[in-house]
Amino acid sequence: MTAHELFDKLNRKEISPRDIITSLQDRIRQIDPKVKAYVRLSDSLHQTPILSGIPISIKDNICTEGYNTECCSKILAGFKPPYDATVITKLKEAGATVLDVKTNMDEFAFGSSTENSCFGPSRNPWNLECVPGGSSGGSAAAVAADEAIWALGSDTGGSIRQPASFCGVVGLKPTYGRVSRYGLIAFASSLDQIGPITKDVRDCAILMNIISGFDAHDSTSVDLKVPDYTKGLVNDIKGIKIGIPKEYFVEGMDAEVKTIVQEAVHKLKDLGADLKEVTLPHTEYAVSVYYIVATAEASSNLSRFDGVQYGFRAKSAKSKNLIDMYESTRGNGFGEEAKRRIILGTFALSHGYYDAYYLRALKVRTLIKEDFDKVFKDFDCIVTPTSPTPAFKIGEKIKDPLKMYLSDIYTISANLAGIPAISIPCGFTKKRLPVGLQILAKAFNEEMLFRAAYTYEQNTPWHLEKPKIE
Amino acid sequence: MTYEPVIGLEVHLHLKTQTKAFCGCSTEFGQEPNSQVCPVCLGFPGSLPVLNKTALDYGLKVALALNCQIQEYTKFDRKNYFYPDLPKNYQISQYDLPLSKNGFLEIALDGGKLKRIGIRRVHLEEDAGKLIHQEDSSLIDFNRAGIPLLEIVSEPGLNSPGEAHEYLTTLKSIIEYLYVSDCDMEKGSLRCDANISLRKTGQQDLGTKAELKNMNSFKAVKEALTFEIERQAELLNQKKTVVQETRSWDVKNLETVSMRTKEEAQDYRYFPEPDLPPFILSPDKITEIKKTIPELPRDKMLRFVKDYGLSDYDAKILVATLKDANFSEECIRLYSKNDKKPIVNWLIGPILYEANSRNCNLSDLGVAVKDLIGLVDFVERQEISYLAAKSVLSEMINIKDSPANIIQKKNLAQISDIKSLELQVGEVLKENPKSIQDYKAGKGNAIMFLVGQIMKKTGGKANPKVVQEILKRRLSNA
Amino acid sequence: MAIDKETVKYAAKLARIELKPKELEKLSLQLQDTLDFIDQLKKLDIKEINPTSHILPMNNVFREDKIKDSLPIKKVLDNAPALERNFFVVPKVIE
Repeated sequence: MTAHELFDKLNRKEISPRDIITSLQDRIRQIDPKVKAYVRLSDSLHQTPILSGIPISIKDNICTEGYNTECCSKILAGFKPPYDATVITKLKEAGATVLDVKTNMDEFAFGSSTENSCFGPSRNPWNLECVPGGSSGGSAAAVAADEAIWALGSDTGGSIRQPASFCGVVGLKPTYGRVSRYGLIAFASSLDQIGPITKDVRDCAILMNIISGFDAHDSTSVDLKVPDYTKGLVNDIKGIKIGIPKEYFVEGMDAEVKTIVQEAVHKLKDLGADLKEVTLPHTEYAVSVYYIVATAEASSNLSRFDGVQYGFRAKSAKSKNLIDMYESTRGNGFGEEAKRRIILGTFALSHGYYDAYYLRALKVRTLIKEDFDKVFKDFDCIVTPTSPTPAFKIGEKIKDPLKMYLSDIYTISANLAGIPAISIPCGFTKKRLPVGLQILAKAFNEEMLFRAAYTYEQNTPWHLEKPKIE
Repeated sequence: MTYEPVIGLEVHLHLKTQTKAFCGCSTEFGQEPNSQVCPVCLGFPGSLPVLNKTALDYGLKVALALNCQIQEYTKFDRKNYFYPDLPKNYQISQYDLPLSKNGFLEIALDGGKLKRIGIRRVHLEEDAGKLIHQEDSSLIDFNRAGIPLLEIVSEPGLNSPGEAHEYLTTLKSIIEYLYVSDCDMEKGSLRCDANISLRKTGQQDLGTKAELKNMNSFKAVKEALTFEIERQAELLNQKKTVVQETRSWDVKNLETVSMRTKEEAQDYRYFPEPDLPPFILSPDKITEIKKTIPELPRDKMLRFVKDYGLSDYDAKILVATLKDANFSEECIRLYSKNDKKPIVNWLIGPILYEANSRNCNLSDLGVAVKDLIGLVDFVERQEISYLAAKSVLSEMINIKDSPANIIQKKNLAQISDIKSLELQVGEVLKENPKSIQDYKAGKGNAIMFLVGQIMKKTGGKANPKVVQEILKRRLSNA
Repeated sequence: MAIDKETVKYAAKLARIELKPKELEKLSLQLQDTLDFIDQLKKLDIKEINPTSHILPMNNVFREDKIKDSLPIKKVLDNAPALERNFFVVPKVIE
C-alpha cells in the first residue's frame, strides 16, 4: 500500500500506526531473506518510537542518532552517529516512524548494483538473480517488494533513479540544494542529494514536502520557499514543451528499452505534450567528468575514515606505528571499489595531474550545464531513458568497473548540472523486468517533474504492477 | 665573506571569536579535553561547515589594517594531509584566492627610519586539535580543532633577527589595537614560523632556505634566527650546501634541529571546498569593515608627538597597547597645564613602572585619571616631594584612595614652612660642624650633604628648595 | 595517459591505503582502462571555459557568532576504537 493510502486509513481510524508497523515487520521477516534489502536485520526489529505517521526506511548512509549508520562498509562497523541528519529530524517532526534497520547500498554509494556492499548484494524483487541497481538498491528493492512503505535514498550520479528504474518504482533526485545534505555521509559533496523512493508519484511529492527546504547546517542548501508539491499533481500536460535529446538514443542501448521508452514518449505526445528533438552535445563526456569530479571529492571526504575517532581500526602488530595503523585500517576497512575510487580521485588531484584531470573536468562540467541551460530556455522538461538496460544479472558487470560506470550514462548529467530528475516506471521487458522513464527539469522546478510524471502515471498501468517473489 | 640574511615570517593568529570557524562550539581556552566539540569540528561523517561571519570580518579587519588588497571573490579550499590532530584529514584553508594579498607593514629601524615590509597574503583557515605525546602513544584533544586561524605571510623582506623582532612587535601591537586576537604565544593564540636564507651581500638571487618552527616567544624567534644565520654562514664558508628543510628550535640547547627535508614534501591536493559556496566581498562591505578600524599605533604616535609635544621615544612607549594609549591620552588631555611634560614624565616613569611590575596595563592599575593628575599637581605645587609622591602612588594603587587622603593620613605634606625648617636647619648645623668648615673651604658639595641630613630628619617631607635657601643664607652669615 | 604502477603506489601512499601486490597489479590495469576512457576529455578545447566547482550561483553563506551546545563527552567518545581518560589515542606520532 502507498503512504497516501495509509494516511487515509489512519485518518479514518481504520488502522493504527502500530498495525502498520506490525504488518510491515511481518512482511520484512517473510520476504527479506530472499530480497536482502535491509542490513543488520536481527530477528526482531527495534524501530525508534512509533510516531503517529507512516514508517519510513532509510539508506545506510543517512545518520540516525544512536542507530548504526555504516554506509555498508567495514570501515564504519559499529558506528552510531551522535546526531540525526536534518532529513531525519524533519521526518520525525512530521510524525514518521524511522526504521532503525537501514537499507542496503553499495559501499559509500560507490556502485550501480549494491554488489559493493560489505553485507553482500540485494536482489531485484522482479528477478532474484538480478541486481536491484544501486547504489540505493536496498531502498528501491524494499519499496518494490512491499518491505517498505517508502524510503530515502541518495543520488550522486543516478543512485536513486537507476535502482528505481530497475525495481519499477518512483525515484527522485531533487535540485542540488533543495534537500539538506547535513547528516548524509558524503560521497561527492558537489553532486550528492537525498531523495525519495516511493510506489507512486503522489507519495514522492508528499515525501518531498517533508524533507525539502533550507537548513542552516548546510551552506549549500538554498533559502527558497518550498511549494506544496502535491499541488503539482495535475493530470494534464497539454501544451507542455518536452525535449527529447538525440544523444540519449544511440548505440549500446538495449533494443527493448529503446522501444519501451519510445512508446512512452508517444504516450506523452498523445496526452497533449509538445515534443521536439533537442541536443545536449556534451553528453558523451558526462561519465568522464563525473568519474574525475566524484572520485576527487570522495578521496577527500573519505580521508576521515582512519580508525581514530570511530569505526574500524586494524589491530595488526604493524599498527604500532601511526602510518602503518592508517594504511592497514584503510587497506582492510575499505572494499575494492572504494579503494579504486579513492586512488583515482587522489591521482586526479595530485601534483602534476590537477590541471590535466580535475580542472579540465570542472571546465567540461560547465559545458554540460550550459547544454541544459540552452534547452530549458525553450522547453519545460527533457525526457530520456533512466538506464540503457534493464536490471542485469548479479556478477555480470562487477569485474569490469568501466562497464559498470557506463550504466549511469543517462543519470549522471543531472547531478553535474544540479537539476532535478525523476524516474518513473514506463513498461516491462519480455522477461518482466521494469524499465524507467527519466524526466528532467530546470533547477528548482520539481513541480514540472511531478506534473509530467503524474500525468503519465495516471494514464498508464505500470505503477500498479507488483513483483511475485518466489 | 659577508652574507645578508633574508627572512620571511608566517604568523598564525587565533581570532577572538565566541565560536569556532565553522560550528557553534565555544573557543574558550583551557577546558576539559574533548568537551568543546560537536559533529562538525570532530569531522563526524555527514557533518558540514558553515562559516562564522565574525571570523571573516575579523580577518578582513586585519587585512585592511595591513594595507592589503581585499579580493572581491574569495573561497575556501581543502588542504589534504593525514595527521591525527586533523579530524577530517583535511584542513579547510584558502589556496589560490585568499581573502587578501599584497599589503605592507612599516617597522621602525634603529635610528627611527621606517622600513616597509611586504605582506604577501592574509587568509583564513581552521586550527587543528592538540596532541599530547606519551612514551608509545599520543593523546588527542579536539577542543582547539576548528578555532579560526588567520595566517599572515610576509614577503622575505626582513634582513636581520632584530628586524624580525620589530616586525612581530609592530604586528602584535596592531592586532591588539584591532581587538581581534589575544596574541598570547604561551596559549598558542599567536604562532610564528620563519623562513631564512643567506646570500652574499649585494647578490640578488635568494639562497636555499630553511623553515624554522616551534619558537614560542618573540625572543625565541630572534634567537633561532641568530643561530640559523651562524649555522648557514658556517656551511657556506666551508663551501657546503644548505639543505632545504624544516628545522625545529630547541629551547633547552638553544639550537635548531632538522625535522624533515623537502624530499618528503607533502602533496596537499588542494581543491575548492565543495561544502562552502564562495564569498563576494563588496566595496560596501569593505567600507563597513574599514569604519571599525581604530587609529593604529603609528598614527597615534605621530599625533601624540604633534598634539602634545611628546618626543618620538615617549610617544612610542605610550602607544604600545591601545589601553595604555587611551589611558595616557586621557591623562594628558585632562592635565590642565599647557606644558604636558610633567604628566608625561609620570606616565612613562613611575606609573609605567608600577604597571610593568604588576604585568598589567596602565588602566588596570585601578587609579582614576583625575587622581593621577591630582598627584602630579601636588608635586608641581611643591606640596609633596617627588620621593613622597612615588610612595603615594603605590598607596593609591594598593588601597584605592585619593592622593589628598593618603598625603594627609600619612602626613606626607611637604614642609615649606620657614619657621619650622629654620629649627631643623639649626639642629643639623649644630651636629655637623665639619660640613660648615668644608663649605667655607669652598667645598660646594657640603651643602648637598646637609640638605640630605635635613631630608632624613623630616622623613623626606622637607621642601628641599626651601631648605637649600635657608642653608645658603645661614652658612654665608655664619 | 599511461598510468604506471609507481603512480598508483604514490597515490595509494598519499591516500594512506595499503595495497597488496596483487591488488596493485589489478588496480593499475583497471585505472589504466578508466583513464584511457577519460582521456576523451582532451578532445575538447576548454581554454576559454570557466571551471564549475559549485553548481549553484550562491555566495556569502554565514552563521552568526553565537555559541551552541557542544556534544556531551560521552557521545563524543562513544564510537572511539581506543581511549585513555577523555582523550582519543593513537600510536605515537613521530615528528
